[in-house]
Amino acid sequence: MVNNSIATNAIWKILETVKDPEVPVLSVVDLGVIRAVALEEQRVTVTITPTYTGCPAMDMISMHIKMALNAAGYQTTIQTVLSPAWTTDWMTENGKQQLKAYGIAPPMGKSFDQAYLDNLIVPCPQCNSTHTVLVSQFGSTACKALYKCEECKEPFDYFKCH
Amino acid sequence: MKNEIDFLLHLADNALIIGHRNSEWCGHGPILEQDIAITNIALDYIGQARNFYQHAAELINQQPTNISVTLTGNDMVLPATEDSLAYLRDVREFKNLLITEIPNGDWAQTTLRLFLLSTFQLQLFTQLLQHSDTQVAAIAEKSIKEVSYHLKWSQDWVLRLGDGTEESKQRMQTAIENIWAYTGELFIQPEFATAACLNYSAIQTAWNQKVSAVFEEAGLSIPPKTFVQKGGANGMHTEHLGYILAEMQYLQRAYPNSEW
Repeated sequence: MVNNSIATNAIWKILETVKDPEVPVLSVVDLGVIRAVALEEQRVTVTITPTYTGCPAMDMISMHIKMALNAAGYQTTIQTVLSPAWTTDWMTENGKQQLKAYGIAPPMGKSFDQAYLDNLIVPCPQCNSTHTVLVSQFGSTACKALYKCEECKEPFDYFKCH
Repeated sequence: MKNEIDFLLHLADNALIIGHRNSEWCGHGPILEQDIAITNIALDYIGQARNFYQHAAELINQQPTNISVTLTGNDMVLPATEDSLAYLRDVREFKNLLITEIPNGDWAQTTLRLFLLSTFQLQLFTQLLQHSDTQVAAIAEKSIKEVSYHLKWSQDWVLRLGDGTEESKQRMQTAIENIWAYTGELFIQPEFATAACLNYSAIQTAWNQKVSAVFEEAGLSIPPKTFVQKGGANGMHTEHLGYILAEMQYLQRAYPNSEW
């Protein structure tokens, strides 16, 4: 039992090296898409949940998880579950800080609070000014909205609360 | 089981066709940011379509062969897959609502259609959370999050254009007149929509409330009662669907089983 949990921890460590191809500073663990890891001898089942149903990064994420674990000698099966639906609430604090450092404003608010659908004041990830305006609800990917900072004049992506 | 499969195909076809229509704006949006917005929304719909088709395929493949063939059309290759359901069924087998297949028109008509449809979908998917098939409920749960953003975005456009310049208001009002005849079909419960959680008259009431409130705020008016265009769920489509399928299915028909 103890051995098993040590071995499972080793798998989580490997998963932390697998990055979201669209946001390469964010690991799949920080993103909150890994729902479970089950290990039986050298066979691993990783349960993941998609961020967005049409997100093209999901197929790549599955493939990268498989490649990383196979390289470490595991036989890997990826299982996808839809419920409970992924939410930005599952993104780790570390992940949010990484996003901000990368220039993407991290999600604000909690998903159960539908107020996130109203236009929020999102601080600029570059200069921290709250003098920002929404340009479009959908940015470079479905998970992001596009904002503009009126202070430093830089446009920036905001990772939407979901 | 036939009813549930038909209902899943209906939901999948709705998502696929509206997704395809929205994707036609790719590279043609009024400004870059909105071009990206509508193509991202299109992508969400293709994702929803995939989920519904995958589940439908799973259920179809559990049926005896003679039943699967009647469910999917004679030119179907079994076992069914998400791709065969999207690319190898013909017009009369498609069960999507007519409102999803009519042409985009201008930006006003495109955003208005999305507003009317996502208002409907939000209500429908909320009811589907209670569906006895947990996979249907899970897909609905996932889709609600996405549809909420589509609704927010399209509603903002109805308000902006309706409450904008004289021309933008005129365009939005014309769009309402063009589309209105296709809205009645939203509330006609298809014969195969037999799940206990469904209540189409409750959807209609909530839809009317939402649409009236937004139109009022935008200074737009609802047309007087009009003829209702219907039949999509039974495979009776407008002349437009065939053209969509011709473009969408050409590659798989001409080069069977080709992949990216």
